[in-house]
Amino acid sequence: MIRKLGAMVIDGVWRLGFATRFLFLLLRYSGQSFLRLHLTLREIYFSGVLSLLIILVSGLFVGLVLGLQGYETLQRYGSSEALGVLVALSLTRELGPVVAGLLFASRAGSAVTAEIGLMKTTEQLKAMDMMAVNPIARVAAPRFWGGVISMPILAALFSAMGILGGWLIGVAFIGVDDGAFWSQMQAAVDIRYDIINGVIKSFVFGVAVSLIAVFEGYDCVPTAEGVSRAITRTVVSSALAILALDFVLTSFMFRG
Amino acid sequence: MSRSTIDLWVGIFVLMGCAAILFLALKVGNLSASSFAENYTIEASFSNIGGLKVRAPVKVAGVVVGRVSDIRYDNERFEAVVSLTLDSRYSFPRDTIGEILTSGLLGEQYIGLEPGGDERALKAGDSLKITQSAVVLEKLIGQFLFNKAAEAPQQ
Repeated sequence: MIRKLGAMVIDGVWRLGFATRFLFLLLRYSGQSFLRLHLTLREIYFSGVLSLLIILVSGLFVGLVLGLQGYETLQRYGSSEALGVLVALSLTRELGPVVAGLLFASRAGSAVTAEIGLMKTTEQLKAMDMMAVNPIARVAAPRFWGGVISMPILAALFSAMGILGGWLIGVAFIGVDDGAFWSQMQAAVDIRYDIINGVIKSFVFGVAVSLIAVFEGYDCVPTAEGVSRAITRTVVSSALAILALDFVLTSFMFRG
Repeated sequence: MSRSTIDLWVGIFVLMGCAAILFLALKVGNLSASSFAENYTIEASFSNIGGLKVRAPVKVAGVVVGRVSDIRYDNERFEAVVSLTLDSRYSFPRDTIGEILTSGLLGEQYIGLEPGGDERALKAGDSLKITQSAVVLEKLIGQFLFNKAAEAPQQ
């Protein structure tokens, strides 16, 4: 029992160290991979463009729900015009980056892990090494940067769609005053404080999710079972990383 | 290098992202009003600031002209010292009165400036001579009860 626990801890620290070294390797070889930009563009297409639909639709629904629930509570205090503030602040500060990050991890992160894991299982990575093609520069770095670039864009789209959803429910269906909805929102939302911080958050989540996805794929046990375990680990540890990082970033950004 | 359809889609994707950020910046957050390019800072001491927070607005005649940039406690005069960062497009007389007001019954607290009649204007680093502290609800209720009790025997 204790021996098992110790082995788990040592294994965890080992993997953490390997992940850190892997990050440095990624950054070192990303210059090489930027020379062949179409590889990164391809990955932006696969992890960003193909995630558009789920991000847009779920953003819209989150906005609709926020609009309904927010109106329900705010109208008790006779301040239903503050609906715009509620929807915009909760989306730009928290929900946009976090929910988009979770969706991105399960939609794109898992696919990246599966792809790299399968490449490792079928020994394509080793074959590349034999042909003097660096697999980190050729396979890992473009996927990493594709995710890092896609994530802030997806989070911004999520927030924008959510605000439109809140507007749709609040103004178009329930009948909150249109001018008050936007003007109160504009008075309360600050560019640097709320929006830029939201973008920074989504960028950090993008780095975390992409690193976890690429690393888990690269580090997986090269069997069918190993790949499936790696995918599960990607989704679970991405979700945990996003929520934990969100707490840390929020306590830095929004104090006082 | 030939152009492929993937490039087109990535282009559309990035454009959509830029549009979303622009939408957030221009329509949701008010880019023009909340950031003052050129500003100057003055100080005001209050014996009680109530629930005033950093970044609360500073208003003159209801128009936002600046923000509270810092709140600290002066341990020699036992007062709160509030730094106000004002837009340098506006200048105010030196005998301007600063007061802490509340927007609405339960709204946030802000600083209202009441311009005086002095010909010299406030400069950066000046402090307001006359200030009026926040109204504390408990004190107000206490005063009201006290007055009621004083009135009662006369009837």
